[in-house]
Amino acid sequence: MLGTLPFFLLVGVVLLLPVVVLAVEAFRVTDPVTYEDTWSTSAITSVTTGAYGRAYLGSLRLSLVTAALGTVLGLGLAAAMLSVRRGRLLRRLLLTASGVLANFGGIPLAFAFIAAIGNAGVVTALLSDLGITLGASLYSTTGLALVYLYFLVPLMVLTITPALEGLRPQWREASDVLGGSGWQYWRRVGGPVLLPSVLGASVLLFASAFAAYATARALVGSSIPLVTLQIADALSSNVLVGSEAQGKALALGMVVLVGAVMLVYGWLQRRASRWSA
Amino acid sequence: MTAVDTAAGLPAAAAAVDPGPAPTGRRGPRRAGVRVARAVLFTVLGAYFLVPIAASVAFTVRDRGTGGLTARWYTGIPSADGFAETFGRSLTLGLLTVAGTLLLLLPTVVLVTLRLPRVRRVVEFLCLLPLVLPPIALVVGVRSVLSWAPDHFYGTPLADAFFALQEPDLPWILVLVYVVLALPFAHRALDAGVRAVDLGTLTEAARNLGASWPRVLVTVVVPALRTAVLNAAFLTLALVLGEFTIASLLGFRTFPTWIVEISGASPQLSVSVSVLSLLLTWGLLVLISALDRRRPRTTA
Repeated sequence: MLGTLPFFLLVGVVLLLPVVVLAVEAFRVTDPVTYEDTWSTSAITSVTTGAYGRAYLGSLRLSLVTAALGTVLGLGLAAAMLSVRRGRLLRRLLLTASGVLANFGGIPLAFAFIAAIGNAGVVTALLSDLGITLGASLYSTTGLALVYLYFLVPLMVLTITPALEGLRPQWREASDVLGGSGWQYWRRVGGPVLLPSVLGASVLLFASAFAAYATARALVGSSIPLVTLQIADALSSNVLVGSEAQGKALALGMVVLVGAVMLVYGWLQRRASRWSA
Repeated sequence: MTAVDTAAGLPAAAAAVDPGPAPTGRRGPRRAGVRVARAVLFTVLGAYFLVPIAASVAFTVRDRGTGGLTARWYTGIPSADGFAETFGRSLTLGLLTVAGTLLLLLPTVVLVTLRLPRVRRVVEFLCLLPLVLPPIALVVGVRSVLSWAPDHFYGTPLADAFFALQEPDLPWILVLVYVVLALPFAHRALDAGVRAVDLGTLTEAARNLGASWPRVLVTVVVPALRTAVLNAAFLTLALVLGEFTIASLLGFRTFPTWIVEISGASPQLSVSVSVLSLLLTWGLLVLISALDRRRPRTTA
């Protein structure tokens, strides 16, 4: 109907059209001499090998590790929060804080960490007065993972708390009355019920970490192989003809990878919901 | 939470069966272990989340020259070169994005609920898409589309429109992209609001009394969804004020790109601005949760 037309129009032009154009133009190459466009897969093949291939691996590794850690820590924190007796105030405090910190990504977050454990950071200075040097630099993959967890853990707490609250205490009581152990309860009842929500939340965490650009740019410049940093470099380079096509191919690769993850997720979700149905 | 409240109120006999919070009984030592583990988790994660914020404050209030305290990195923000310009621009973009998102999404969500349940899944899917699509991939596509103007339609009205969208003082293209990026959050807020009230009965009553559709939207739907609308608006505003990727790759100067710009010359200033932007986000989200708490009284 007419009222929804503006919505579909905007989504079509600003969301779907750019992705389609990306998918087409990643296969177009401009000749450096004649400036004529031709069809070619050279951009696509070049991004799967060498430095670009390493960037994809670096991004995938970083986002898989941080998503897994964020899932475990966030789940633990949410469960611990809900298990506190008479913890209404604590719960409200932690959920509000999670809401703020999950939105506290990007540039300001990077600078907060630089102020804490950067080269001239307050904590770095404090520790070096005590004769301790930090084991890993903030400006490395490990440092980046530490910073990513700062918004991933609160995101996990926010998304998984409703699911944890949905676990009825009666189920646990029934399992106990029937002689089930804690492990058996989680293996047979709690786990299968929670699994779809946990999977969904960890995919969301993966997508956030995989797409993160601002924090990485502010922290490490382009010294670490990450695909988002490589895309930005390819686009800002005026030196090389064809680097724009390279950027498009890299971006298309990201879309394809996220799409593949979503397909796997959809398949897992269907399997998992069979258990909880 | 119900699990804890009911268990705490149970008689002693039942509490012995309940494995939960009973302080004595067969699982006594294990409960103590759980409590210790919980305390450790809270302490470690609490330190992890508080240290960067505390360090940022310490970093900005310490005077490197005298060793004393100073507030000049905070008092100097308003007069800092470029702050007024970029913050004003980000705020304008934020307000335009909020207006655009609501104008676009509110009629859509209402119509889908009342008249077009068939397209609900499509709308939901499209609104969730920006959550998983990397913004940097989207912006590469947007750049390709924008480059059609000089490459293919130079001299046509369409090209002029494309150039007008990219006016550096007020880049409307950012508003368009930000509306798309805000869709997941705004849709979730509005959808929850629509589900909480019986929109069908309300609008039927208004229609029976002779109100036109636009009038129904303004005098019935918007007041009924007030909390949801404000929720969507604040989340959208917080998103725009912190967005860096799109603005930076399209080459526009906004508040976040300005913070990066000044970080080299004046690290303290960039950290103090970061602390302030954290406070700003915090303020906006506390406002949301305050409004959320009022919801049962205003809508039920």
